[in-house]
Amino acid sequence: MGATHLPSTEFDGTGMDDQLEAEAEAQLGAPAEPMVQLLAPDGTLGSDPVFSKYAEKLDPATLRGFYADMAKIRRFDVEATALQRQGQLALWVPLTGQEAAQIGSGRASQPQDYIFPTYREHGVALTRNVDLAELLRQFRGVSNGGWNPKDTNFHLYTLVLAAQTPHAVGYAMGIQRDQKLAAANAVAGGEAGQAVEPNAAVMVYFGDGASSEGDVHESMVFASSYQAPVVFFCQNNHWAISVPSSVQTRIPLANRAKGYGFPGIRVDGNDVIAVHAVTEWALEQAREGNGPVLIEAFTYRVGAHTTADDPTKYRESAEESLWRAKDPLERLEKYLRAEGLADDAFFNQVKADGDELAAYVRKTTYDLETPDIRTAFANTYVEAHPLVAEELAWFEEYSAGFADTETGQAKSDPAQAEQRDRAAQ
Amino acid sequence: MTTMTIAKAINEGLRATLNNNPRSLLMGEDIGALGGVYRVTDGLIAEFGADRVVDTPLAESGIIGTAIGLSLRGYQPVCEIQFDGFVFPGFNQITTQLAKMHSRSNGNLTVPVVIRIPYGGGIGSIEHHSESPEALFAHTAGLRIITPSNPHDAYWMIQQAVDCQDPVIVFEPKRRYWLKGEVDTETPGASADPFKAHVLREGTDATVVVYGPLVPVALAAAEAAAEDGHSVEVIDLRSISPIDFDTVTASVQKTGRLIVAHEAPTFGGIGGEIAARISERAFHSLEAPVIRVGGFHMPYPVAKVEEDYLPDIDRILEALDRALAY
Repeated sequence: MGATHLPSTEFDGTGMDDQLEAEAEAQLGAPAEPMVQLLAPDGTLGSDPVFSKYAEKLDPATLRGFYADMAKIRRFDVEATALQRQGQLALWVPLTGQEAAQIGSGRASQPQDYIFPTYREHGVALTRNVDLAELLRQFRGVSNGGWNPKDTNFHLYTLVLAAQTPHAVGYAMGIQRDQKLAAANAVAGGEAGQAVEPNAAVMVYFGDGASSEGDVHESMVFASSYQAPVVFFCQNNHWAISVPSSVQTRIPLANRAKGYGFPGIRVDGNDVIAVHAVTEWALEQAREGNGPVLIEAFTYRVGAHTTADDPTKYRESAEESLWRAKDPLERLEKYLRAEGLADDAFFNQVKADGDELAAYVRKTTYDLETPDIRTAFANTYVEAHPLVAEELAWFEEYSAGFADTETGQAKSDPAQAEQRDRAAQ
Repeated sequence: MTTMTIAKAINEGLRATLNNNPRSLLMGEDIGALGGVYRVTDGLIAEFGADRVVDTPLAESGIIGTAIGLSLRGYQPVCEIQFDGFVFPGFNQITTQLAKMHSRSNGNLTVPVVIRIPYGGGIGSIEHHSESPEALFAHTAGLRIITPSNPHDAYWMIQQAVDCQDPVIVFEPKRRYWLKGEVDTETPGASADPFKAHVLREGTDATVVVYGPLVPVALAAAEAAAEDGHSVEVIDLRSISPIDFDTVTASVQKTGRLIVAHEAPTFGGIGGEIAARISERAFHSLEAPVIRVGGFHMPYPVAKVEEDYLPDIDRILEALDRALAY
């Protein structure tokens, strides 16, 4: 890589970072992994020999867009949490604190790329133009999916941790085969001038907790063996519900990539510019046929694991305060203001847009229709299935019986009673 | 008509699939140069190359999981699991991901993955090489499960599994891999529907339902019973999910007695499911309780005693005697 990286201990002036870092180093018996950082918490832009060129490409509108996205998804998170508290959602999985990791990486992807999220990637969903109200279907209990992945190349959330990682590698293996088939067809057809599909890559998200799952290991073995165009994007948010990342790994997660034979990079996950740069580089590597990359976005889940969680039982509020000081939105705001790239009018507009989104999401959530269980019968198999048909037929008859009872006709209609007896026989 | 073994028939079926379907590919451990531990994929890598006959890392969850990803990209992978007892590292991917993808995507996504699993005992092998875990998969909605008992079915069923848009597990009766039979490679004939049971021998006194490796055993038992004057109907179930209850019901309505035999343990098994369904569908036709013949409630025993564990002709005849005694 050859990049110079700022150690995480230079994040802030509280001294608490130094203490945590010292503890980590003592535990690991090795220095903490250097980390790519371009935008410091105080809003100053640093440089990096490899990644600065990606940051330099970002025009003011794009940088403002990063901020607007992060603010929008944070507002959405607040609204969804409120909807859960009000009984409108069964559960919510907050992302606050991880906005830069998600917006920065999502914005680095291209439309032809395919994204496999876990279940907290609401920010990535936003960058892929998933309707955020649709995204709430799963949490309202009206769908196990909610959107059609073919519309956005953003796959459904996967709740079995890390189960989506081999899917991502397989999808990437499919892209490799598509490219070979296309090349063979082009040669066979001799059509030199024909438009060529842009190279695509796959990006798969998982967390520090899921990194312990065997599927991550198997996926990285497959990806490396076949040099599949896949970027493993690990958001190390430091807590797998109540268990700290030190229980999942004794070394920086990014270092694991070396064992599989591909590059691993730790990036400041609260620095949207660095995350974007590193991800853009990694996706380029994958699209150009250079194989997989692991990115570890070093970030923090400021809120609870889910609305059913209680972080006060397992971590110090001082730690949360420490990370709030590294807030991804605040540092970009400082930068935009200092550079004169955004003014009060912009930030006011962002806030107004967020409130508008929240109102839209709230209204749409109320309106989400409860599906008919018949759709579950219909979607269990693609092709006709006699057992499903039989059970559906029974259900229809059973339901019809209730309808009769409601109208008071069930027992008084001899023709229907006879029909039921015949059916019972 | 060509005479070949079941192993060769599957090999030819896979060859036909690879030739006819450019989006199909094979994945598994040792399926390339070696041709699989049972040589079912023998010669295919030379013919179709390493992109379509993929020697994978030794990781069953990875095999199934990447196959799911390939299918999401429009491919139709056929995965080989080396032995029945080794499918479990991939069980999570099969049951929580593969089986549910179509449903949880509200019908937007299809994952037409095929998983081939050599199963069953009787080969004198070591631990984890002789099991019959089909009920564990049959219990999972979203999967289809079929099992051929003869070369003609083997040739066509593997191709039909690939053609099916649902995930299909093909349990291959490994001790019958070398069973020879006639294969009509021109037309499937009566085997056009892989989910339909076949009446292999007609009878009037009792019905014996079997599948996969026990089909020849049941036919031999029926022959022996005939010598004692009992007319036994034998049904090859062929599909374990869905089960063709119509064919079984019609048979029981004729014979009045039903015996279901499989190598898998009887407790919580396919036999119990058939017994329950038939007791609902043909209660008044039954002259005797449905009797199950199967493995015991124990881990598959060591090879030197597997003959005591596996249902054989005598065990089926004993069950027949009990049924006829009512």
